[in-house]
Amino acid sequence: MITAPFDYEAPETVDAAVRMLHENGEDAKLLAGGHSLLPLMKLRLAAPTLLVDMRLVPGLHHIQRENGSWRIGAMTRHADLQDTPELGLAAAAASQIADQQVRNRGTIGGSLAHGDPASDLPGVLLALEGEVSAQGPNGLRTIAAGELFQDYLTTALAHDEVITEVRLPATDGWGYGYEKFTRRAEDWAMVGVCALVKKAPDGSCEDVRVGLTNMGSTPLRATATEEALRGGSLDADSIAAAAEQAAEGTEPPGDLNATPDYKRHLARVLTRRALVAAAQA
Amino acid sequence: MTSVGQALKRKEDPRMITGRGYYTEDIQLPGMLHAAIVRSPEAHAAIASIDTSEAKERDGVVAVYTGEDMAGDFAGGIPMVWAPPGVEIKTPEHWPLKRGQVKHVGDPVAVVVATSRAAAIDAAEDVIVDYDAKPAVVDPEAALADGSPLVWEEFGTNKTHEWAVAGGDFDAALAEAEVTVEARYVNHRTSGAPIEPRCSVAEYRGDKLTLYSTTQIPHIARFVLGGMLGVSEDKLRVVAPDVGGGFGAKLQVYAEEALVLALAKRLGRPVKWTETRSEHMTTSHHGRDQINYITLTAKRDGTVTGCRARVVADLGAYQQLLTPFIPTLGFPVMGGCYAIPSIDLHFTGVFTNKMPTDAIRGAGRPEATYWIELTMDKLARELDMDPLELRRRNFIRNDQFPFETALGIVYDSGDYEGTLDKLLGHFDVDAFRSEQASLREQGVYRGVGFSTWVEVCGLAPSRAVGPQGVGLQAAFYESANVRVTPTGSAIVYSGISPHGQGLDTSFAQIAGDILGIDPQNVEVLHGDTDQGAWGWDTYGSRSLSVGGEALARAARKVQEKAKRICAALLEAAPEDIELEDGKYQVKGSPDKSMTMAEISGAAHIPPNELPADIEPGLEESSFYDPENFVFPFGAHACVVDVDVETGKVTVVRYVAVDDCGPAINPMLIDGQVHGGITHAIGQVLYEQIVYDEEGQLVTGTFVDYALPTAAEVPRFETDRTETPSPTNSLGVKGIGEAGTIAATPAVAAAVLDALRPLGVESLDIPHTPVRVYEAIQAAHGNGADPPSSQQGVRLDEHGKGSAGSGPTRPDEGGAS
Repeated sequence: MITAPFDYEAPETVDAAVRMLHENGEDAKLLAGGHSLLPLMKLRLAAPTLLVDMRLVPGLHHIQRENGSWRIGAMTRHADLQDTPELGLAAAAASQIADQQVRNRGTIGGSLAHGDPASDLPGVLLALEGEVSAQGPNGLRTIAAGELFQDYLTTALAHDEVITEVRLPATDGWGYGYEKFTRRAEDWAMVGVCALVKKAPDGSCEDVRVGLTNMGSTPLRATATEEALRGGSLDADSIAAAAEQAAEGTEPPGDLNATPDYKRHLARVLTRRALVAAAQA
Repeated sequence: MTSVGQALKRKEDPRMITGRGYYTEDIQLPGMLHAAIVRSPEAHAAIASIDTSEAKERDGVVAVYTGEDMAGDFAGGIPMVWAPPGVEIKTPEHWPLKRGQVKHVGDPVAVVVATSRAAAIDAAEDVIVDYDAKPAVVDPEAALADGSPLVWEEFGTNKTHEWAVAGGDFDAALAEAEVTVEARYVNHRTSGAPIEPRCSVAEYRGDKLTLYSTTQIPHIARFVLGGMLGVSEDKLRVVAPDVGGGFGAKLQVYAEEALVLALAKRLGRPVKWTETRSEHMTTSHHGRDQINYITLTAKRDGTVTGCRARVVADLGAYQQLLTPFIPTLGFPVMGGCYAIPSIDLHFTGVFTNKMPTDAIRGAGRPEATYWIELTMDKLARELDMDPLELRRRNFIRNDQFPFETALGIVYDSGDYEGTLDKLLGHFDVDAFRSEQASLREQGVYRGVGFSTWVEVCGLAPSRAVGPQGVGLQAAFYESANVRVTPTGSAIVYSGISPHGQGLDTSFAQIAGDILGIDPQNVEVLHGDTDQGAWGWDTYGSRSLSVGGEALARAARKVQEKAKRICAALLEAAPEDIELEDGKYQVKGSPDKSMTMAEISGAAHIPPNELPADIEPGLEESSFYDPENFVFPFGAHACVVDVDVETGKVTVVRYVAVDDCGPAINPMLIDGQVHGGITHAIGQVLYEQIVYDEEGQLVTGTFVDYALPTAAEVPRFETDRTETPSPTNSLGVKGIGEAGTIAATPAVAAAVLDALRPLGVESLDIPHTPVRVYEAIQAAHGNGADPPSSQQGVRLDEHGKGSAGSGPTRPDEGGAS
């Protein structure tokens, strides 16, 4: 449980951080809470030679509502999301990340940049159709959720790009449900499902989004379920029928705790439960 | 007021919980070096070559040694100490560093010593080992089959030994049986997983070696390590500082302990080695890993007439200290708390390319109790009888104690009806069954499991367990020394070696009452072979019933001497002195009294009035070897909910009524029971050591090895009855393993009870979600009812799966 040797820098500006990452190449890694990266380093599954710690950079630690969306600083802790119930789905998901100690240290930017498909927040960003701002040597750009997650632990971020802010559309008028299936409370999701439902005045489904966690090498949308439900009824049978399509097109990897078939089954069950919760809200 | 029986807060806690504990890893010695072990990534291989040159070049590296380099450092290998009369146990060569071949993943092949731990670990990665891989075998029954790869070719078989014991005529019982039930149980491999991983520090000063180590057994370790190093015991001191849990995983003498001693001697500088968590999962011994074939025979009226067990025990690749003995350890109670006239037990040990198994909390008894209790449930179904009624019909009755079993074991005392009655006072079965039925209509599958258990502990009688008994090359008495200081405090040295049990407190209570000293002024010392008398350490729930009794006997000797001193000074007869509320007083004349401080002052600075035949000083020792084991018992009920759509099991209620004799400290008993039950919940629902088919360990971290946390267990409801043991004067029995022994079948039976309406009749543990789900599917395929599919509401009741109501904390689920 001892890491390979590495150097450590704690710059005070995003520009300085970007410069350090740029100058030190692929072997430099950003540290933004560290609750994914440091365990990998201690197991020697990762061995960056330089850690660029974002903890001293000001202005990355906020949750603000602005023009129908939430602006969340990249260094905002999971605990802060958890303690902001107005965020709805994101708060509910953050409250189930690992344990309170991890939530006190881990950050939204760090979690999204790590790109672990079993983590809670990537699926939330995808379902909410949020976006991130990323600063690199050539300036700031915006990356939509659908573009950000490329593969297992692989994102659209260049090695010298730093997420500075996350933007989540506000979900006024939407109900949500979050179903995370774990063996133990502190575990990563075996499968997770977040559902958002917007009801029309007549009670039918005006719009719906379903995000799947750990059903592939990236977070996924259950598009077949969404299409089956959108514009239709939200009664129990309709939801159940739509949820049956939740695993369509997914190829989840098997692991110690689950076969691919079992994960697909869980996705269907959890999608139904999350949709029922979202439709009731 | 006596202190025994009071829930005294743990004296050791203020130090522990404010970070002032003194653990082995806290030890920093001048000039200390750090060792890191190079371990085999192969399950079975010949070592073709080891290149240490690059590692030796690294900054801070002092030495790199292979097994061949250190061949001269060891007079003997790691021993195994069971030699049952008339049985040969195949025991391969077992050196701290391997020479020529490796037999499991994690087998140590080289050691790096450096000026810092980080440097040692970095350099260990630069040691290049070429392996010629050989086929590995990981399944014990496959290992017994013809044509299996051999773990040890020189033996020509993977079978290590067979051992059998029987009493009564089981064959006749089988022939005459009106009902016979048979079952096969797989009891999977687990880890001890104490929060403190192992650590050892060795120092060589003058001609004396000192080992500080995270061990449960400093005395046994000195005995064994002296032999391994060829060092006489006066030249070797072993110290167990504060030890952060053991659960059996530290009832061992490990390669690394011998290695740091040899390195300290070779290099002339102190050497520390600290285990990583992944090393713990890989190379601290595992537990369980048995396959049990069970037959129970009975009459139609429910009278059980015979019990047969065929146990196949996966011992891993080597024989550690007690490896082959552990599956057998529970044999005295392999008939449970039932009067079964014929018992026939047979054990087969098997080598596989895995880490050796050895004692983990309960050590053979959780496995036995699991198969006894589940098979009793199965028999009840076969007879269409209430499972508790079946148990009552077969209980050993109170008037039958001491009860000699078919195996000739004598159960000391019991009140099995009493604990079950008390349990049912807390747990209304009829109310539960009606609740269960109505919940099922709502799609909630709730089940209850019962366990009426007895265990054998307090190791104990050397005559029965030692060389001429079952054949352990050791004895199991215990020692204590009680010393009263001139100002009336007491210092107690015990030969036991507690590591979290709270014995600093309970022993102070026992000694304090006998001596007439406030327990807060009784210091309990242990775990250092340079202090006190020889002892046999802590395991097998023996500390209180053996070590506590030894202590009580030594304290009574001191009390007796104190009375003689008091009598001389108060001009009374010694037999007229009585101890009352901390005062030694003359019977009938309470105004004539002395405190222990006054008596001890006189003992240490004797006044002329003290007769010459009373020796100065106030200190006595005792050695106590019990004449029998002790047999704690009880009745447990576990309630689980199974989410039949996902297969996830949640423990929603747990009620335990246990009997370990008169309580010394009820809070410590509750703590042991809570931990013990949690350990069993861990095995039944969460924990499993998994190797893949090639012998690679899959569960090397706490991410994969799912140790339960507080969020996974319910609030425990505990109660007690107190049936004294006639074996010791305190009447006490062990309680450290009881919860694990009792709860393993209770939790598993609860899951099966919940699943029975779905057609699931049996299911091997661990009851993980995927396994439960697949069992339901398989039963459904066999024509059973499909599960209800309306489960969404239920989850909300448990605080998970929030429905747009804001964040919920995971710890709200299952913790109420």
